[in-house]
Amino acid sequence: MNYVIIGSGVAGIAAIEAIRSIDSASSITLIGDDPYGFYSRPGLAYYLTGELHDKALFPRTAEDLRKLNFFYLRGQATKILRAGHILELDTQSTVSYGRLLIAVGAQALPLEVPGADLEGVLKLDHMSDAKLILKHARRGKSAVVVGGGITALELAEGLLSRGMRVHYLLRGDRYWSNVLDEHESRIIEHRLQEEGVTLHHHAEVIEVTGGHAKVSAVRLLNGQLLKCDLLAYAIGIRPRVGLAKQAGLAIDRGILVNEYLQTNDPDVFAAGDVAQAYDPMSGRSILDSLWTPARQQGFTAGLNMAGEKTAYLKAPPFNVTRLAGLTTTIIGTVGRGRDDDLVGIARGDSETWRQLPDSIVAQTGFEVNRLRLLVGEKTLLGAIVMGDQKLSFPLEKMITNNMDISPIRERLLAPNARIGDIVAEYWAGVNTRH
Amino acid sequence: MTFLGIFKRDAKKHTVLASGQVVPDSARCVQCGICTYNCPIGIDVRSHAWSGEPVRHSQCLTCGECVARCPRGVLRFEQTDLFAKGES
Repeated sequence: MNYVIIGSGVAGIAAIEAIRSIDSASSITLIGDDPYGFYSRPGLAYYLTGELHDKALFPRTAEDLRKLNFFYLRGQATKILRAGHILELDTQSTVSYGRLLIAVGAQALPLEVPGADLEGVLKLDHMSDAKLILKHARRGKSAVVVGGGITALELAEGLLSRGMRVHYLLRGDRYWSNVLDEHESRIIEHRLQEEGVTLHHHAEVIEVTGGHAKVSAVRLLNGQLLKCDLLAYAIGIRPRVGLAKQAGLAIDRGILVNEYLQTNDPDVFAAGDVAQAYDPMSGRSILDSLWTPARQQGFTAGLNMAGEKTAYLKAPPFNVTRLAGLTTTIIGTVGRGRDDDLVGIARGDSETWRQLPDSIVAQTGFEVNRLRLLVGEKTLLGAIVMGDQKLSFPLEKMITNNMDISPIRERLLAPNARIGDIVAEYWAGVNTRH
Repeated sequence: MTFLGIFKRDAKKHTVLASGQVVPDSARCVQCGICTYNCPIGIDVRSHAWSGEPVRHSQCLTCGECVARCPRGVLRFEQTDLFAKGES
């Protein structure tokens, strides 16, 4: 068998590891268009803040990669000729495949306002984007950040830590309104303001203005002109489906794959941010933009490509991130509806978080330690843990394993319940029994 | 709290020195490398987080640097059997 993987992100690398765990002899070719190869994309946030050197972002040494024994081709696949099992590359060469994995990820949705092509209008997809942001970041100068979700905050905090005066523009009346509740949004906003970020609510950029082809200001819907030296945006991402579309593969918003990560062509698989994977539990096909599902999907796709039939069992979405310096764990279903600041799904996001579950919200919290649970009929459906993380591990297990919470459900839903204590007590009981 | 306040030490190193090991929760890890970057003796903590293996390294000081600095709560201390065989 001859395996070809397109995309050098975590899904692609995990697929190679899976194939090699079964098949040490067959040829594997990795085709990637990112000049920096495999690195931690979520880690770019800490590169922007200066907590990390760029060279520290590479999880694999050259020796580690050599041991996986694959050919690496730098380039972009431009066409899949499915009938002949051939790939065309932008380098005018062709590569034949027995089984193919498309793991090309997603890319930032463009800012579609006049002037968005000016120098200094920046996104954060790749290492090269992070380097460009740092090149433009100037101490004492002004930056405007637009968008929502985790990436927008990463941009705001990165630019702030580089000494810029940061204005964060929100189209609605609060931050990440479809995942966080109002109190949680206010906690984050308050902390951002304390760090020095200037927040503008109900602010929408309608034009970027500049001189000498460089950004100098943004014009807002209310007519205000806000001077700036840099505009960074994160309004959502879009799976890179162009190649699959051209090849006639089934596509919805991402490449549609079954629970074996297989497209409608049995020799073509997809994994990671580009894949819209079928979830047998819910009967829906879901987009995720999270590191761990991408790694798990890539690994599962690799096993299936090498002949070991393995279903991808989607765990409840789970992400730990830092929002305005506050460690925040989001597990399962916690949010609702849409967010004006995001056109599509955001990076570090999962569609499951947006669904309004048929459940009751129980909550407690102080200013910086906050716990919110979504209580279902017999199980917990979701949780947000902000600040103190002691309960995030038990809650993850309780939600992932659909543990029966009947014994504590009534107490959780009681007015002013100390839900943290109740969960801790329940978990201690579970551990004692095992 | 300032942004740098995130670096505050919450790891209780005095209680775990010599009798604890650093244990990763791979599902939380995004392989950013802050752990490895900050290890004073250069242990590649990140590779343990990739494989899900505890840091059984004879030179690990259990200083808590990686545990405290990880922005995603991947690492925690666990008590160990003092007589367990360690890596070199």
